[in-house]
Amino acid sequence: MAQEIYQAIVDGILVGGVYALMAVGLTLIFGVLDIINIAQGVLVILGAYLSYSLETRLHVDLFLGLLITVPAMFVIGVAIQWAFIRRLRGRERTSMTLLVTYAVALIIEGILYEIYGPNPKQLNASYVQSSVHLFGFYLSYIYLYGFALALVLIAAIYALLYRTGFGRSVRATMQDETSARLIGIDVNRVAAVTFGVGVAVTAAGGMMFGATNAFNPNSGYDLISRLLAIIILGGLGSIGGALAASVFMLTLESLVTIWSPEWAIVVFYAALVVVLVIRPTGFFGRQPVRAQ
Amino acid sequence: MSTVTSAARVRSAVTRRRAAATAGLLVLAVAALVFPLVFPSPVVTNYAVYALIFVAVVSAWNMFSGFSGYISLGQAVFFGSGAYAVGIAAKDWHITGTGVFALLPLAAAVGAVIAVPFGLVALRVRRHTFIVVTIAVFFIFQLMAFNLNSFTGGTIGMSAPFLPWSPTTFNDRFYYITLACAVGAVVVAVLIRRSRSGLQLRAIRDDEDRARGLGVRAMRVKLTVFVLSAAITGLVGGVWFLYLTQVLPQSGFDPLFDLSLVLMAFLGGLGTISGPIIGALIIEPGQLYLTIKYTNGYLSEILLGALFLVIVLFVPRGIVPTAGEQLRRLRSRGHPAVPPATAPAQEASDTPAREASR
Repeated sequence: MAQEIYQAIVDGILVGGVYALMAVGLTLIFGVLDIINIAQGVLVILGAYLSYSLETRLHVDLFLGLLITVPAMFVIGVAIQWAFIRRLRGRERTSMTLLVTYAVALIIEGILYEIYGPNPKQLNASYVQSSVHLFGFYLSYIYLYGFALALVLIAAIYALLYRTGFGRSVRATMQDETSARLIGIDVNRVAAVTFGVGVAVTAAGGMMFGATNAFNPNSGYDLISRLLAIIILGGLGSIGGALAASVFMLTLESLVTIWSPEWAIVVFYAALVVVLVIRPTGFFGRQPVRAQ
Repeated sequence: MSTVTSAARVRSAVTRRRAAATAGLLVLAVAALVFPLVFPSPVVTNYAVYALIFVAVVSAWNMFSGFSGYISLGQAVFFGSGAYAVGIAAKDWHITGTGVFALLPLAAAVGAVIAVPFGLVALRVRRHTFIVVTIAVFFIFQLMAFNLNSFTGGTIGMSAPFLPWSPTTFNDRFYYITLACAVGAVVVAVLIRRSRSGLQLRAIRDDEDRARGLGVRAMRVKLTVFVLSAAITGLVGGVWFLYLTQVLPQSGFDPLFDLSLVLMAFLGGLGTISGPIIGALIIEPGQLYLTIKYTNGYLSEILLGALFLVIVLFVPRGIVPTAGEQLRRLRSRGHPAVPPATAPAQEASDTPAREASR
């Protein structure tokens, strides 16, 4: 029993790392653009399908394929921001961006259905099936590699945000868009690149998700609702919060799965509700904005 | 002297406008009542029944979310719960035949009872967080419907008791039932909009902190209307279940349902009375047509998504407010210099409005 619990905690942390990567993209987009990107879930699935096509058609290794899929997803992200989100202004912007990103999700989902059909797919590689016995735990190679990849990419995003001039512009925009504009930051460029980066990480997240789960075009909804719960729990716009909340939520889910797999996901959402009752801004959230 | 005559003229213009509005409503009412007689085909009435169900639900959604600006994506919680309440009660209490309609108040009560704790948690947070909390609650309910097998029937769902109505009149009867629901929901929405609570909700939408500073008991007002909206939605969910004779976890608690409501309200005009109705009458039949025509569902999904984008990018404030503005621009043509507050300007601006409402 104790062994089972330890194993569940280790699994939760490893999977949590991958969710953290996807959640960081989402919370970064929220922080800079003040929108919730509902399409993030289906973009992860799109990333998984890109890896799938590279693997089955061109026999490109999953991790190597990221060199192609990450830039591709970045371009898609910038294009979505430029074509649809840039134009939205006014009082109902919150709900309008929600509708627009949802519409984008619907269109991408429909296209994926047209191309790949509804049958579930899974990514395959030699390291997907095998596992290693380490410190008394059975650890699947794909989870270990994925966790390492997630750490590297999160570190890269961290470095981009805190060690570069561009990162300073991003953080300034997150704090106060008007002031950032006033001191000469090109807020539109910051928004476009941030959206691109936030979407680019879904290529890696999607590859990991596709290697560890069977997926079809519809899988995006389950994913986006989890990611939303995570970033709200962590505090919207807080990158550290997204990391902490991912590991916390996935570990919790992994623990509950020992007793009841069906109720694990309910506990996931219930945890969100309970935390919000105690602390409406989440773990690391800023104070709520004054105006509606 | 001129003030007196123009005041009288304005008054008579207002009376005429009201008469025109009443006449318009009467024509609409007669048209709605004779609709199944003119189009007796069950294919057509099926469209009408679904459209009316959505008119009722979107009006209920709008009376809370549209007026207060708290965009909820959890309305399906009440819709599905109402459907399940009727199904479970009919099964457990062995109610058959038309007696099941007596369970509709129960469906409304279940919606209201669920809305109280839901509202107490969700209405503490605003904007994005509120939206996400409503999504989370929605998924909790969908998962409960899937997992509480003995209670909800799990993936098999619930079936409604057989209604002893012949197939030729089945749709017609439901047409009038859903019409009554739709009219009831719209009337409640109008009453709320005109009431003190309606004003307070709109004050909350504009600036909640200021409204509270001015003495609006925000939580109480929000929760009251939220619960009322939930009760209506629960009842309509019960009717929908009896019409469809079946509810599944993914059809009773359908994420597309919530998004359709938001889209309908946005297309017509969020927070207006007629806007969401127009939106529902356009979108629901369109959606139904696409699903029936392209049975694989993928193309209809892409088209629906494209429609979303077109609406949000080109009619961002909705048909009714945009049309209103166009009308006002038309009216003021030729009288650009007249300040709007003076009586002659009002009179001048009344004429096209009267023509428009005919």
